[in-house]
Amino acid sequence: MQRYILSRLIQSFIMLVGVLFIVFFMLQLTGDPVALMVSRSASPEQIEELREELGFNRPVLVQFADFVGNAVKGDFGMSLRHNQPAMELILERMPATVELASIALLFAMVIGIPLGLLGGANPGSIWDMLARGAGLIGQTIPNFWLALILIMIFAVNLGWFPSFGRETYQFMGLALPTKSVILPAFALGLFTMGQLVRFTRSAVLEIKNEDFVRTAYSKGLADRRVYIKHILRNAAIPLISILGVQFGYLLSGSIYIETIFSWPGLGNLLAESIGNRDFALVQAIAFFTSLVVVSLNLTADIAYGMADPRIRYGE
Amino acid sequence: MGNEATIKSTGSRVDEEVERGIWPKLVYVWRLLYRDKAGMLGLAMFLIVAATAVFSPWLAPYDPLKQDLMVAKQPPAYSEKGDMSHVLGTDNLGRDMLSRIIYGSRVSLTVGFFGVLIAGSLGMIIGLISGYVGGRVDSFIMGGVNMILALPYLVFVVFIASILGRSLLNVILIFGFTNIPIFARITRGEVLRLRESGFVESALSIGATRTRILFSHILPNLLGPLITIATFEMSGMIFYEAGLGFLGLSVPPSTPSWGNMLATGRQYLTIYPWIATFPGLAIVFTGLGMNLFGDWLRDVLDPRLRRTKR
Repeated sequence: MQRYILSRLIQSFIMLVGVLFIVFFMLQLTGDPVALMVSRSASPEQIEELREELGFNRPVLVQFADFVGNAVKGDFGMSLRHNQPAMELILERMPATVELASIALLFAMVIGIPLGLLGGANPGSIWDMLARGAGLIGQTIPNFWLALILIMIFAVNLGWFPSFGRETYQFMGLALPTKSVILPAFALGLFTMGQLVRFTRSAVLEIKNEDFVRTAYSKGLADRRVYIKHILRNAAIPLISILGVQFGYLLSGSIYIETIFSWPGLGNLLAESIGNRDFALVQAIAFFTSLVVVSLNLTADIAYGMADPRIRYGE
Repeated sequence: MGNEATIKSTGSRVDEEVERGIWPKLVYVWRLLYRDKAGMLGLAMFLIVAATAVFSPWLAPYDPLKQDLMVAKQPPAYSEKGDMSHVLGTDNLGRDMLSRIIYGSRVSLTVGFFGVLIAGSLGMIIGLISGYVGGRVDSFIMGGVNMILALPYLVFVVFIASILGRSLLNVILIFGFTNIPIFARITRGEVLRLRESGFVESALSIGATRTRILFSHILPNLLGPLITIATFEMSGMIFYEAGLGFLGLSVPPSTPSWGNMLATGRQYLTIYPWIATFPGLAIVFTGLGMNLFGDWLRDVLDPRLRRTKR
């Protein structure tokens, strides 16, 4: 187990170095990163001044070494627009994104897993039709469009939910979610819900034919018990890693939803900083979300390895 | 004659042995498709979108760029204030919604088609090298592939798009290159599986060369899984293109595209809701068609899945 964890740790570390490399050199893609950051009306002198100030006049490799050195300390430079360290801004916005992604994942799990289980248990039934339909809908409705439709129906016409913004309920120093999270979380979680339905359904269909399920039945166990104790438990192991990946997707994929709902999270910050051509901040967000996603994958892999010995010895 | 009779009595009509030649194969595929109504529906939906893109100039009732402020913000025909002159209404500048949606299909399908073409061909080559050469080359390539696949995709696509700027070519290149790893991974997996298969072994044993095995045994068998992935990837790219357009990062604002239309529609969401509604429906229609068709393709081309389907 230790060897498995160690090798996954090393892999994750290499990945993060790769991410730093990509994030840094992406800005060099157009040839002149400074030209990207200034407004069109900037004079050549102003451009030179900024180039000097930000250190872009130095050799690229020196810049890269500097960038990596600072990044390790958590320093991604100042946001030109906010005049505040990029990392500080990110950490300020993080709680809103975590709240949104967690509620979205919760919604996807509460609907997706039982529906997939029911569909897989009774192929061809009405539950199965619902499950297959939900899987398809999750895959085919773009969340940015769904968000607009939800606002039109539930915020504008019915007035049940606010159409934008995040409100929290302060309780013993904690910022608890209020109903303002419901529409964005639903729109964001729909794709994940579809994935969970599809996965659970096909896992159940497959596991149902395994020998140990037949054994369980032949012991005289009731349907319910076989499903909960034997089938769901076996489907749960790969589900752990899917949930890890999906949570990463939700945390990093909320750009559209946060923009539409003016949700004060990371995705919104990313869209804003792109609009402002604030590339130090864009780089910092890209690295930070990668860090979060890589750590989530690592955690899921380790949990997976703990739950299933075949994984840690199979490598 | 007797032979024919046994085939009829044992297998279903569709699972008869496939003859050589392209025509019987097409007939076989058609019969399989005919059996699955959802797959057929998906194919029909996709063909409708494709035909719309090809024949846009003949189908569109108006010039998609023509502004007519006299009829701006006219509601669709089903509403009281709308009429049949603009069936789906007009946008904030008085451009005909239906014509813009029809022309918008061109952007979506161009991005999807060329994106998949680039990603698919380069990914296939990389995957073939990785799977066929094996060893260190394989671990190096797959290390890179898995690394890119684990990154937050949307964040990087948005990042690159914001640096490269708005143009159709840039969008195609972004999706083409960022999707290489998916095709590479699938190809490599299939190559490994095929390399161990009985028919490659028997070809080797009768003295076939590596090139011959590659071209006449491995490549033809790769096409099925790759086409399936291509369908899903294409629908994914159409989504992401619309999303980029929505953020103002895809094709230039003057080009009618579903994403750009959604971006406009968002500004007028509460007062003129149809501007955002219809382009979204077009995206859902296309995505639904491709997913239904893709699901069917996967079931047909992968008999292992056919078993678990029901």
